[in-house]
Amino acid sequence: MNTYVVETRTRASNVTAILGTALVIALILLPLYAGRSTIQDMFFILTMLVLAQFWNLLAGYGGLVSIGQQAFVGMGAYALFGGVILAGMDPVPAILLSGVAALVIAIPTAFFAFRLQGAYFAIGTWVIAEVFRLLLAQWKTLGGGTGTSLPRSATKDMWFVDAIKTLLDVKTSAARDILAYWLALLLALATIGGIYWLLRTRRGLALAAVRDNTEAAKSVGVDADRMKWMVFLTSAFGTGLAGGLIYMQKARISPDAAFSVTDWTAYVIFIVVIGGIGTIEGPILGVLIFFALQSLLADFGSWYLLSLGVLAIAIMLIAPRGIWGLISERTGLQLFPIRRRLKGGQLDNLED
Amino acid sequence: MSILALKNVSKSFGALKVTDSASFDVPQGQALGIIGPNGAGKSTLFNLITGNLKADEGSIHFDGRDVTNVSAMERCLMGIGRSFQIPQPFEKMTVYENLLVAATHGRNQSEGQVQQACATVLEQTEMLRRANTPAGQLSLLERKRLELARAMATEPRLLLLDEIAGGLTEGECQALIQTIKDIHAQGVTIIWIEHVLHALTSVVERLLVLDFGKVIGIGDPDEIMASREVKEIYLGIDV
Repeated sequence: MNTYVVETRTRASNVTAILGTALVIALILLPLYAGRSTIQDMFFILTMLVLAQFWNLLAGYGGLVSIGQQAFVGMGAYALFGGVILAGMDPVPAILLSGVAALVIAIPTAFFAFRLQGAYFAIGTWVIAEVFRLLLAQWKTLGGGTGTSLPRSATKDMWFVDAIKTLLDVKTSAARDILAYWLALLLALATIGGIYWLLRTRRGLALAAVRDNTEAAKSVGVDADRMKWMVFLTSAFGTGLAGGLIYMQKARISPDAAFSVTDWTAYVIFIVVIGGIGTIEGPILGVLIFFALQSLLADFGSWYLLSLGVLAIAIMLIAPRGIWGLISERTGLQLFPIRRRLKGGQLDNLED
Repeated sequence: MSILALKNVSKSFGALKVTDSASFDVPQGQALGIIGPNGAGKSTLFNLITGNLKADEGSIHFDGRDVTNVSAMERCLMGIGRSFQIPQPFEKMTVYENLLVAATHGRNQSEGQVQQACATVLEQTEMLRRANTPAGQLSLLERKRLELARAMATEPRLLLLDEIAGGLTEGECQALIQTIKDIHAQGVTIIWIEHVLHALTSVVERLLVLDFGKVIGIGDPDEIMASREVKEIYLGIDV
């Protein structure tokens, strides 16, 4: 009897594991040697990365192209403000409330949106997000259409802020940024780790099969509907957490900003598409390119948006799998390998 | 005992009746061939049996259980496997991963449990050398073999093959026939739609003729092929 074995690791992934660990340690220690503006930039990069990873999970792996992710960012943000202002919660634990609130509205959203396919699904999710924006703009206690701020008392003695002040010898405002940064780092690592774990399980296989061909997936026993629900709800929860965290750091909210389709969905799609949809590496590369472009072109007003659009179109035409897709195709490089390679048995004498 | 029984099954797309009151039984372990001109409703009949389409009327029993309202996914778990007329591989996954999805989900087992079984199916269907190739890069013959292999990975008791020999060279076709004969010899019940008649008749024990959604004949392959209706309708010969 020939024994076959299955491998997923590659030489590159072993190197990634070592370099990745070093990078994570460097990022944890970043507040020791970086200034406040770097910390704020890194916070922006990390939170956009989280949004991008979840949109990628939804669209790149689940085949669910949503333009309504701002519903979960906004709902998460408002849940945090509600928890702090109305229930007197501390903002840090209130972030969990953000995830739960997003999850709760994701259930009726999915119920309606899953009746639609393709482009109709995309538009449907956008419309539903608008409905939530209009509803929350009616909530006068949370500032109505003009929005509101987190009370000073709540932001001043947030959990961990005092500890960070003593530990790093910084002012309260800087300590708050560092706290937000560390939470964003934690969320980003948990997101990447969680998605990578998911893709390497049996469910990850099913997800890829549903993405490639839903009818064929059903014919081999995959519960396609359950996979879609799972991906949609997971993405909503993660996006809600990110939304809560982003607005905890901003400490000021308005419906138009929290439910902005440009900030929380269009930019996120841009990141995933130019980086490489359907890969974990893609959004990481994409967010770095996006940040670089934003820093370079920030002074050019509407030309900035025009250039983003032109670049996105160019990449879609030249490299439909994104920049990471191009790199990975040319070099065979995979930093987060999920491919199961069959080895051993008769394959040793066969493979060309 | 019959493993599959259809009773007055009908399906319409708009005003067009694609399956018209189809009734037949397939005994356990038999190989049944289905022939009929293009548009006779052969693939639709398959989709009704697998649950990819829902019947408007009538009932379908599999293994003694009424599966008329059971989903495609559950019918797969019960033991119905299929190939698609136009190969539908999971293109971005490798050949091995295509089988892995089918084996883990179609049989509800872990990856570790099905690993050797998947490799055995790859050996049997002569796809082992392509195990680690993305399915999107396969040739037509390889895609057809993958269809067969993926269906086999779910360990079906009833295997539905939809024009699996179409478009192949004579040599390729002979090799595929041998593989199907081997599978049949293991006791798997087979229903096979095919235009390549010599391929079909070299395997099946019974033949069913479909025209305009109606079952117009079922029985011994030689008798069916010699019958006047088949010559007229299927072969287009005016007798």
